[in-house]
This record gives sequence, C-alpha cells and structure tokens, in this order.
Amino acid sequence: MDPSRKRKIRLVVALGAALCLAAALAYTSFSASSEAAKPSELREGRSYDLTGKVVNGSIERRGDELRFDIRDRDGTTSVPVVYTGVVPDPFRDGREVIVSGELSSGTFVAERDSLVTKCPSKFTEDKQSS
Amino acid sequence: MAGVGSACLTVGLLTALYAAGASVYGAVSGRRQWVTSGRRAIYCLAALCVTAFAILESAFLRSDFSYALVAEGSSTDTPTFYKVTAVWATQDGSLLLWATLLSLFASAVLFLTRRTLRDIAPWATAVLGLVAGFFLFLMVGWENPFDTLTPVPQEGAGLNPLLRHPAMMIHPPMLYTGYVGFSIPFAFAIGALVTRRTGADWIRATRRFALIAWTFLGTGILLGALWSYSELGWGGYWAWDPVENASLMPWLVGTAFLHSIMVQEKRGMLKVWNVSLICATFTLALLGTFLVRSGILDSIHAFGASTIGVQMLVFIGCVVALSAGLILARLPDLRSSARLDSLLSREAFFLLNNLVLVALCLVVLWGTFFPLISEALTGTESTVGPPWFNRIVTPLALVLVLLTGIGPVLAWRRVTPSRLVRILAIPSAITLLALAALLTLTEAAESVTSLVMFSFVAFVLGVVGQEFVRGGAARRVMTGESWPRALARLVGRNRRRYGGFLVHAGIAVLFLGVAASSAFIEQRDVRLSPGESVQIDDYQVTYREATARLGGDGAGTGAPISFGAVMDVRKGDESFTLRPSRNYYSTADPSKGAISRFFEGEATSEVDVRWGLRRDLWLAVRPDLISLEEPIARADRQFSDSPGQVQAFVIQTLAELYRDDPPPAAFRAIVSPLVAWIWIGGAIALLGALVAAWPSPEARLRRVRSLYAARVGRDLARAEH
Repeated sequence: MDPSRKRKIRLVVALGAALCLAAALAYTSFSASSEAAKPSELREGRSYDLTGKVVNGSIERRGDELRFDIRDRDGTTSVPVVYTGVVPDPFRDGREVIVSGELSSGTFVAERDSLVTKCPSKFTEDKQSS
Repeated sequence: MAGVGSACLTVGLLTALYAAGASVYGAVSGRRQWVTSGRRAIYCLAALCVTAFAILESAFLRSDFSYALVAEGSSTDTPTFYKVTAVWATQDGSLLLWATLLSLFASAVLFLTRRTLRDIAPWATAVLGLVAGFFLFLMVGWENPFDTLTPVPQEGAGLNPLLRHPAMMIHPPMLYTGYVGFSIPFAFAIGALVTRRTGADWIRATRRFALIAWTFLGTGILLGALWSYSELGWGGYWAWDPVENASLMPWLVGTAFLHSIMVQEKRGMLKVWNVSLICATFTLALLGTFLVRSGILDSIHAFGASTIGVQMLVFIGCVVALSAGLILARLPDLRSSARLDSLLSREAFFLLNNLVLVALCLVVLWGTFFPLISEALTGTESTVGPPWFNRIVTPLALVLVLLTGIGPVLAWRRVTPSRLVRILAIPSAITLLALAALLTLTEAAESVTSLVMFSFVAFVLGVVGQEFVRGGAARRVMTGESWPRALARLVGRNRRRYGGFLVHAGIAVLFLGVAASSAFIEQRDVRLSPGESVQIDDYQVTYREATARLGGDGAGTGAPISFGAVMDVRKGDESFTLRPSRNYYSTADPSKGAISRFFEGEATSEVDVRWGLRRDLWLAVRPDLISLEEPIARADRQFSDSPGQVQAFVIQTLAELYRDDPPPAAFRAIVSPLVAWIWIGGAIALLGALVAAWPSPEARLRRVRSLYAARVGRDLARAEH
C-alpha cells in the first residue's frame, strides 16, 4: 500500500474512533444524568437534583431523620425535605445545598447520603447575612 | 502600608504593560536595548509583586484589621501557621499569589534564556507581561487586596474552619504554581509561532519549566485528595467535583504535552499537536482558576459567586481565539520533518498515549460542563454523577496504565517484533504470576476491573524493575561497581530516562491504590452509645467514652469547642485507640442566643485514621447535641448579659454535661484497603519528577559550550565588520 493511502486510512480510523467515543459520551451522559431543579420547578414522580437554600430555622432532627425546608436561591417558594444519612459539615441555615430524590405528596424524599453542601464563599458574608 | 501595596499593584500593571510593549517594539524594530529593557521590566514586576505580597502577609501576621481582607479571613485567635496561609484563602489574595508566582517564574525563565533564543524570547516576554498584566488589572480594577476598612474592626472573622488543615494550606499554592508554570512553555510556544522558529528550541528552553509545573500541579491535586480524605468527613478522596476536575484537566493535557514534545525533540514530528497541547493546557489552567472563582457550576467548594467571572471568561476567550488563529496562520511552518515509520515505535505509542490522555480530558470536560451543555441543548439543567465518570474513565485509565509500561521501552522509529518479545517477556511473566497469585490468594476476582488493573500495575512495575536491573547489571559488568552505586550512577547519568521510569512506577502504584480502595472499600454508618460496638472488616470498634475539650484540639486548628469520642479498636490480638472528634466554631449571628452562638457556627469533622500499608481504618464522629438543646436554651436566657468569664464557665459546664452523659452519636467507619499506596505512589512519582528535572552535569557542560560557541560567533561577526 502506498504511504499516502495508508495515512488516509489511519486518519479515517482515528476520526471514526473519536466520533464513536463522542457519541458514546453524549449518549451515556444524557441517560445517566439527573435533572437539576429549584423547589419551584419540582413535579411529582420524577427524580431530581434539588438545589436551593436551607430555610432559616427549618432544620429539625428526629433520630436518624433530618427534616428541613429548601427554598429557591432567589425566591420564597420552598419545599420540605426528609433526609437520612450523612450530613456534610458545612450544612447550616441559609446554606446552598444539592440533594437528590423525588417529590412525593408534597414532601421531597431524599436519597440516603445524597446531601451536598456548598462551602460558604466567605466565612464573613455568611455571618452577616444570616 | 495599604497605600504602598495598592501603589505596587498599579505600578506593577504599568510595568507589565511596558514590558510587553518594549519587547515587541524591540523585536520588530531590531533594537536589542528595548528587548533588554522589557526583560528587566519583568524583573522589576517580580520585585513589585513580591513587595505587595510581603505587605499583605505582614498585615495578616500582625492581624491588622484595617485591611478588609485580614478582617475577613483571619483573627487574633487564628493559629500563626494559618495566619500565614490565610492570605490565599481569599479571592483577592489568591489573585496576588497568581501574579507573584507568574512574575517570579517569568523572571527565572527570562534570566536563563537571556543569551539564547533571541528571536523568541521578546515575544514570550510580551505574552508573560500581558498575562501578568491581566491579573494585576483584575486586582486594580475589582479585587484589590489592599482595600481598607473604617472604622477598624476589633476582631476578624477568622479563617474558614474547613481550610484549617495542613494539606489545604499547601494545596492552593501548589496548584497555582502548576497553573502558572504552564504559562512559561505557552509563552515561548506563542513566541515560536510568531517568529516562525518552530523547531525544538522553545521546547528545550522550557521543557524543565513544564516538568516542574506538571509536578507541582500533580502534587497539588494529590494534596487536595488527601485533604478531602482526612478533613471533609465523608471518607473519599475524589468526588469528580467541578473544582477537582478543573485541576485535573490541565494536568492530563500537560502530561500529554510532556510526552509529545519528546517526539518533536527526537523526530521533528507533531509540531502542530505540541503547540495546540500547550495552548490547551494554559487555557485549561485559566479555566481552572475561573471555575473555582466564578461559581458558574454547582460545586461543593465553589467559593461563591465572584465579581470577576466575566473578565476571566473574556480573557480565556481571547487566549483561545488568538492562539488558534496563530496556529492556523502558521500551519505551513509546522510541517513535520519526518513521517511515522512504524506503528511499533515509541513515537506511535506516545501518540496513542496522547490520544488517551486528551480523550480523558475531553470526558472530564464534558462531564464537568454537562449542566451547561444540557441546559443549552434541552433547556433543563442536568448533572452527571461520579458513577458516570467512573464508568467512562476506568477503561481509559486501564489503557493508560498499560501504555505506561510499554511506551518507554520501545525504541524510536521502529521495533522488530522479536525485539519486542525479548523486552516484554519477563514483565509479562511477572504479570501472569501476579494474576495467578491474586486469583488464588486474594478475593480480587470479585472485581474484574480491579483485577485487570492489578495485573497491569504488576506489568508496569515489572518493566521498570527490568530496566533498572538490566542497566545496573550492564554498569556492573563494565565498571565493577557495587549494586547500589551502579544504580545510583545509572540514574544520575540518565536522569530524564530513569526519572521518567520512576514517575511511571509511581503512577502505577497510585492506580493500584485507587483500584483497590474503590473496589473493596467497606463502610458502616451507625449510631452508638458508650459501651456499644460495631464490627467492620476484621475490626471490632467500641465507643468507650465521649470527650469534650475547650480551647483548641490536638491538631492545632484553634477550634474553641471540640466534642469527640474515644474508640477502642480490636483486631485479633492487636488493639489500639482512635479519637475522632468534631470541632465547633462560634458564630457572630445576632439572632442566636449568647450561649448557643458558641455551638451554632461552623462545625468540622476531625477524623482519626489508623494508617496502614495494607488498609486504613478511618473513623468520623458526629456527636448529637440534642441533650444539650434544653440546657443551652436555658443558659441563653439566664446568661445573655453575663461577663465573659461566667459565659466561659457555663460552656465548660455544658461540655462536662455532654461528656458525662452523652446521647448516642453517629459514627462513620471505613476500611479502605491499600489506600495508603495512593500517597506512596504519588511520592514515588514526585521523586521521579525531581530526578528528571534536576540539571545533569552534562547538560550544564553543553550549555557552557553553546554559550562559548555563541560568543565566538559574535566575535567573528564583529571582526568581519
């Protein structure tokens, strides 16, 4: 085979592999992803990554169960959350959190250990605002 | 002094712009004195940045709260070590650190190349000046670290407790050194493109900087993982968090770059690829800084929305557009001077490793930006979690580890199959032996992926071991040296080659730890009262008693209150004690009562780990303060106006109350096999990188010779006139 033809074949093979990888990437990521939603966007019967802020004074512990309300980052719509499992260190009133689960009769039932709390941006801002 | 600091930044901005302008003018007009002046302006810039940094650092050490930054990020009761490091815990401070490191790196490289690379260096100076100028511009315009407060507060807020961990304090400067270091090869690559000097000169001049940057970035990433493992209280070291990914991406592309520049040095190939890789690495480094600071993606440690996101994005856009345009314009100058002779050659395998690394980077990039991508495509923001990353990355990582073993032992140009068999026979035999041992002696077969990974790691170690033994034996035959001496000389004489082998061995060991600890981790979450115990793996963990400490824990974090547990661990005849605890920091929130304020602030887990080569036992505790709620509420009412000593006494009493009669506390126990080898592998790789980067006597000799030749050439040229 002459070299230029060989190079062409190599190029086609490489591009083909790249395309396959890209397609696989796109396909798997869309099928594996879960939708992020604010409390005001929740609907029953689907699983979501709920994002928002913890409503001040809403945190209650009952044994292993943690109950709190999450509200829209810049709004007042809120939803009660029932959660079990490990609570991240920075979890507090007013913090931004992400928790996975689904809405069931008005309450967001979270998956075990799915709670993620964002680190406060600046230690002070948080102190002044809450 | 704040005024002096601000002035340093403004003058620094002008100096950086002058450096860029003077070098370009000098290069275009051929007036060397302007180029020299531009280079010296960069030295001057370094002096200004260091001065500004020193002023800020001293303000932190003196706890001068007239600086807004000090009041936000430090306090008088912050331990001194953390006062020093609190400078880069803030956005403004970390920008200053970026600019300072950049100016120092730039000065170093420009000093070293002051008599060589006369065409490329002025343009590189200009690029470095503009990058430094951009960061100074951000500080002067929006995020001035020298902003002052009036009236001066009595006390500062203190350093974020989560950042009070030794690894966390070294981790940001390490990452930044890595990011900044990659700007050096980037600048010279741009210089090479502008001047059409696309040979290997710019690579030889900056190879060591790229290697140092890569080493720092890698160490920084590992320290971040170590912090996550031993401070965050969830027990993992990698979560595919956007900010983690942001630091991994430039490292992956940088790794590809370090390999592919060897192909250009030796064979004159892959020129377009190399300049593209370094531009991508630098862009990703900027993107890393941007992601941490912009809060555009939801991340556990996106440190908040910031004021400079747009500016960063515009700058990144400019870098991408300009470098892509420049590469396209110079395509005719970037033709390879050689062709790939055979697929069985080192250059072919390096190319393959490059493709895998870049593919890995693209996967991480896609996953990281998936929320934005999905929102743009479907209108709803979706995220992909760690399972997705693990599924895609694992096969690529397996291929990568295999290549780590094969690539470096192949010859350039072409390897005959019979030679290949001869090189790989012993490592393959070792791999099969290891596989057989794993199948018969351990339960590794439960996870096929990790079994494959273990075999590949054995293969890499076999290859590296074989190289050292063969090289050492050859030296012994020729010189009659003893084994240790022969090995030391072998490494010393071929630093790049054997340093590289060490890095490969370290990476393989690291993957061994990753594979074992992710496939065979055991985790229990339980609630225990004193006296109760939990069984995990072979360990029997018993909650002996609760602890309560005031005024500082053992780790020196300066936490006011620390509740914890004494855990007796038994495993067969062996027994030891672990003391996990949880630190409570006070809050200044006026809506909280005078006493509850001390408990309602930040709280951080101080996990305790029994480190071991075979497995770690990791314990975290989350005390339940429910029994204190009632007494705290009562104390809030009674002692709200009491003097400090009385309140301190009340808190002391509350602590004793908890210690003497603790309610059940929540524990997380993790047994993670071989996880220590992640850190050991990282240390081996670090050692290897240092060996490879250390200048060898021969190289110094070569440099002196080339300088001498250059001088002779100059004298001759002068004589002709």
